[in-house]
Amino acid sequence: MKRNKIIEFFKDLALFLYALFALFPLVWLVIISFKHDRDMFTTTFIFNPTLENYKIIFSDGSFIGYFIDNLIVSSGAIALSVIVGVPAAYALARFNFKGRETIAFTFLSFRFAPEIFVVLPIFLIYQQIGLYDTYFGLIWVFQVLSLPLMIWILRGYFEDISVEMEHAARMDGYTWWQVFLKMIMPLIKPGLVASALLSLIFVWNNFTFSLLLAGQDVMTTTVAMVGYLSSDTVHYGQMAAAVLISALPIIILALAIQKHLVRGLSMGAVKG
Amino acid sequence: MAAPEKKLSSEHAGRLNEPPVPSYTKEHKIPLSKKLRPYLILGPAFLLTVGILIPFGMAVIFSFTNYSFQYPSYNFVGLSNYLYIFQSASFWQSVKVTFMYAGLATLIETLLGIGIAMLLNRENLLARSLRIVLIFPLVIAPVIATLIWQLMTNNSVGILSKWLRMIGITEFKWAADPSSALFTVLIIDAWVFTPFVIILVLAGLRSLPKAPFESAMIDGGSAWFTFKNLTLPMIMPMLLIAILFRLMLSLQMFDIIFALTRGGPGDTLMTLPLTAYFEAFSYKELGASLPYMVILWVFVYVVSHYMVKYWTRTQRRASGK
Repeated sequence: MKRNKIIEFFKDLALFLYALFALFPLVWLVIISFKHDRDMFTTTFIFNPTLENYKIIFSDGSFIGYFIDNLIVSSGAIALSVIVGVPAAYALARFNFKGRETIAFTFLSFRFAPEIFVVLPIFLIYQQIGLYDTYFGLIWVFQVLSLPLMIWILRGYFEDISVEMEHAARMDGYTWWQVFLKMIMPLIKPGLVASALLSLIFVWNNFTFSLLLAGQDVMTTTVAMVGYLSSDTVHYGQMAAAVLISALPIIILALAIQKHLVRGLSMGAVKG
Repeated sequence: MAAPEKKLSSEHAGRLNEPPVPSYTKEHKIPLSKKLRPYLILGPAFLLTVGILIPFGMAVIFSFTNYSFQYPSYNFVGLSNYLYIFQSASFWQSVKVTFMYAGLATLIETLLGIGIAMLLNRENLLARSLRIVLIFPLVIAPVIATLIWQLMTNNSVGILSKWLRMIGITEFKWAADPSSALFTVLIIDAWVFTPFVIILVLAGLRSLPKAPFESAMIDGGSAWFTFKNLTLPMIMPMLLIAILFRLMLSLQMFDIIFALTRGGPGDTLMTLPLTAYFEAFSYKELGASLPYMVILWVFVYVVSHYMVKYWTRTQRRASGK
């Protein structure tokens, strides 16, 4: 028994050390966001806290605009991925047809091309057809980022739902569409929530596409945040405040759905 | 980017991982409308994503030209872009760095991810309260995470450098020194992406059946024995998805290295994407830069292809088919 306690202690210690590594930079970020620019380069924990960085960010109004832009393109991309991805994952799981594995792999392969490889041709095309610096232009490339992960996670989910249940409901006179909405959708909800959150994180934070495919009209927070550093004076405090505000929606979302998050990923993909 | 077209007809689908759907699949005469249904359902997703093939195709075509941002016209130059980079030492250096970076990052994140996920999968206060908190670093954009670490490791004012000095290490220069630059980017990469492995592995662990583990405990199997023979094979499908996505994305990693050192010091961190970027934007030679990307794409494609194959096999084994 005593040996067990010692082992548990060391396990806790290891976990604690990792947590320190994972969380300290975030704590430091919070501290920086309350520091004056002049205190930035002192590494003490004692200083006069200030809300100035937050005030500056909100006062010129542009950051709120970037935030809304980010919200529009990210949620647009995720919505689009859900609308086309859920049926696609369903088809890949339920039907046995020619080229199924090849098609599944092709969806995955949309993520193989490095972003800066495709971004230049996309840039040229977008300027031709007028999608450069538009909401839809970004939504369209972003859903290419989110769809593969979503399809691959949801596919395992659909495979877990027994087809007999689906048939029984059809026998009872429900149309295929009703069965899909009323029975299948609730069953895959945890997986959908979890994969949507993971994709949202990738899309929300994307840098390359937002930097090169959008400019004045549509600007995402990641690009804007780097901007706080590239002007002649480096404003780490404002960047930190901006980072925290921009990470807030996802952190709140993650906390709100944390029950779904782990359970949601677990059910599907394991038993496949 | 898409799998070769001829595979569509030659490969008999669905041999792998057959789903329990006899009624749809085993009928002898299937009406055409039913046969087409899966393709119709897949259609929208395919149409929406397949557009990405156009820029991809354009990029491949440009890689055979001398397209340059400096001149409006361009000519086809055949394979000479490729022949040129195969002969340059900097190309082979980038290949080496790319694989070293991706391999080490994936290895570290996988091992750490499994370890931490197992530690989190216990029912005590520490584990329960950290379960959600530990994924927070994943929420920070990689390029921003890099800036935070840059501030913390800054030689004169960074808090980590200061702490190192306090314990007597004065000569550690983090990203500024060729011998520790790779180490520094790996720390940042691990900081951002280990949580990704943690969530997926944790999800796998949470769905394990209890019975086999109880009998292993009664039989007195050691912890290592249980892990090697029970836990690991059972979480393998989930673990492989995590490894696949990590390997795929770290082969292409651009943000962290670019934000931290722009590939320096010297060429220590010049991976393929960075080399291509500088070729395109500093030297304005798009045609000469694209072969790096085409080759990188081939690497990613081949690696992922074998991983997916292995994944389908493991998946079948894990579900006992």
